[in-house]
Amino acid sequence: MSDNNSQSAATPFWRDERYLQILGQVVFVLLVGLFFYSIARNMITGLARQGMALGFNFLKSMSGFDIGEMLIEYSRSSTYGRALLVGLVNTLMVSVLGIIFSTILGIILGVARLSTNYLVNKIAAFYLEVMRNLALLVFLIFWYLGVFLKLPRVKDAILWPGNILLTNRGVGIPWGVPTETFGTYRLILLGGLVLASAVAVILHYRGRRTGRPPLTTLWFFVTLVGAAAIGWIVLPSAPLALDLPYVKGLNLAGGRILSPEFMALFSGLTLYTAAFIGEVVRAGIQSVSKGQVEASRALGLSGFQTLRLVVFPQALRVIIPPLTSQYLNLTKNSSLAVAIGYPDFFYVSSTVINQSGRAVEMISLIMLVYLATSLLTSVFMNWYNQKIRLVER
Amino acid sequence: MTEITSSLPPLIERPGPLGWMRRNLFSTWGNSLLSLASAAFLIWVLKGLLAWVFSAAEWGVILVNMRLIMVGQFPVALVWRIWAAMYFLAFLIGNTAGLRMQKTRRKGVIVGLLLSPVVFALFSFSLPARLAIAGLSLIALAGWWLGSRWPKAFRRPVLTGWIIYFPIFMLLVRGTAGEGSPMEIVTSNLWGGLLLTFMLTVVGIVFSFPLGVFLALGRRSQLPIVRWFSVGYIELVRGVPLITILFMAQLMLPLFLPQGVTIDRVIRAMVGITLFSAAYLAENVRGGLQAIPKGQFEAAHALGLSGFQSMFYIILPQALRLVIPILVGQFIALFKDTSLVAIVGLFDLLGIAKTVLAQPDFLGLQREVYAFISLIYWVLSYAMSYISQRLEVALGVGER
Repeated sequence: MSDNNSQSAATPFWRDERYLQILGQVVFVLLVGLFFYSIARNMITGLARQGMALGFNFLKSMSGFDIGEMLIEYSRSSTYGRALLVGLVNTLMVSVLGIIFSTILGIILGVARLSTNYLVNKIAAFYLEVMRNLALLVFLIFWYLGVFLKLPRVKDAILWPGNILLTNRGVGIPWGVPTETFGTYRLILLGGLVLASAVAVILHYRGRRTGRPPLTTLWFFVTLVGAAAIGWIVLPSAPLALDLPYVKGLNLAGGRILSPEFMALFSGLTLYTAAFIGEVVRAGIQSVSKGQVEASRALGLSGFQTLRLVVFPQALRVIIPPLTSQYLNLTKNSSLAVAIGYPDFFYVSSTVINQSGRAVEMISLIMLVYLATSLLTSVFMNWYNQKIRLVER
Repeated sequence: MTEITSSLPPLIERPGPLGWMRRNLFSTWGNSLLSLASAAFLIWVLKGLLAWVFSAAEWGVILVNMRLIMVGQFPVALVWRIWAAMYFLAFLIGNTAGLRMQKTRRKGVIVGLLLSPVVFALFSFSLPARLAIAGLSLIALAGWWLGSRWPKAFRRPVLTGWIIYFPIFMLLVRGTAGEGSPMEIVTSNLWGGLLLTFMLTVVGIVFSFPLGVFLALGRRSQLPIVRWFSVGYIELVRGVPLITILFMAQLMLPLFLPQGVTIDRVIRAMVGITLFSAAYLAENVRGGLQAIPKGQFEAAHALGLSGFQSMFYIILPQALRLVIPILVGQFIALFKDTSLVAIVGLFDLLGIAKTVLAQPDFLGLQREVYAFISLIYWVLSYAMSYISQRLEVALGVGER
């Protein structure tokens, strides 16, 4: 005891680790504080010299520029804030569509990469190798300028099966136009969703009671599609009328026209990300040891059951974390739209910077928005990951 | 008990080409259909591609503009300095290959790789350019020949050569002296094409690596304020796209500096790339640090090493060695990401394409120009990832 005391008394404070740690942090804070103070002071004096003050009030003033494509109402007399919202919606649309399609293509590629069919396997391997070493931005620009803008003019449009028109002014696809019964149909769909959820919950609890894992997802979708089909038939007239694209003078009309910018960005991001997802899926499936499959077959599970109950849950656990970062990458990469002129959030923001000169505020805003998107995606994926993780006793 | 005295060798089935096809392509009905469909797809793609590459495409635009694509507006009279830097690099590559792989049985592959630049000499460039390219291969081969004869003790000086390569390269590109001398300063607005891409990559790697290591250490620090700062920085940068950081560097960096101090656009881009890449490297290094068992710290302490010493002599070398493949992957990503500086208006490999396409002789040749630029990025990325895989094997990562 006394020994201990005498030792601590003998240690001067400048060699005592506790004091040193506090001292180190104080110095660190001072240095960082000084750094930020000096750059903030430079910035404020610099801005003052240009006669500008920081603030977000400019978001309420009129934008005065047009945006090529929008999902919500906007005109050049709308505010900057509205313009940014249009961009944000566009970013979200490209990201969500990209995530859905690249996941589908990625799973196909990952499975093909494991195929025993030599040709399929090698084609998938080649695709993955080529895509993964491309520079995304160069690929996107090539895809836009070299492919989508080099499609034939409208009067020589290429017609693909399914009434898809390919031209250098955009791609026209068939689209449904709501008729007067659409409002009722929407209610029927909502009812179907409620019914399907109820079925899923009931199946889940019955599965728990009987110990037989039910095909919850399958029945959920069967119920939903069933309700949708019944609603379609029961209603006096079809809720959606098919609208085919056609050539009208020098432009496309009818259906839905997807601009070359959107198509290039969306398909380019999808093709690129799918290669990475394919690799993730392959690694995930390979991570399930062969013994697991053999053991489940020995227990009498069928091939499909083995896949559904043994291989898939285990592979998913390996797949989800890297898949999350691929989704985040895709969302962040969608900002490359600025290079090909698709009005996503970043593109609109850079226009706003050019128009208003508010670089500091806009860049903070851009960072905030992308951070929030990334955060939301990772919160969701972490929740999902938590749900499927290995429950250990 | 019966003893088997002589055993027959196991039966080995040696399928002929037909048997191979039956097993790998036509084992079942479904497989056969799949094979036929993919063969048709393959033929369709190859036919279109080959027809375009060999008949439709007009590659003249690349040949005429090769110098622009490679070095941008770099003064023609001073291009020899870049050649000198390339020769030094070729020698280092050949020499290191020779020293490190003295026992390899695949000498032919290495010689073939070192000779590969000669392929470019076959194109219709001017005679001096062809000779210069052929010289690259010759020097690389000479380096290899010397390296394969040198004793192992020479490895250290060669490593030093790699380390001093960066300052020498910078010196050769930028120059030191005033106008008129052979080492005349070439300002960064004249760097362009592959040269600028290369500069951005090398500077990014050299500066972001130490920064990343410090951020990783900061994130694992026991000092809460340092840790929060590092976590905040890493997560902030990883949450936003690179283009945001580049925009910030272009637009806000000048504002942060005191009045009268200006930095040019290339340096701003370099700062942005470095800051961005450091956050990703920090996460990779942190992965390596976490993989080192606690016993290593304790053993280092027991030996009387201070915290600093045990970190820098015991933990960090092991941690970095573990993550070499991931780090190389990150460097490749950095190389590909430098193409984003074209968006903020620099004339790197991608940005120079606009200059090429603006020439009245070559309007509308976007496919050729961008395909070629894609190819350059692709070949270099692929080469880097191939070398890193070899390095992984050579260093035995994951074996110990």
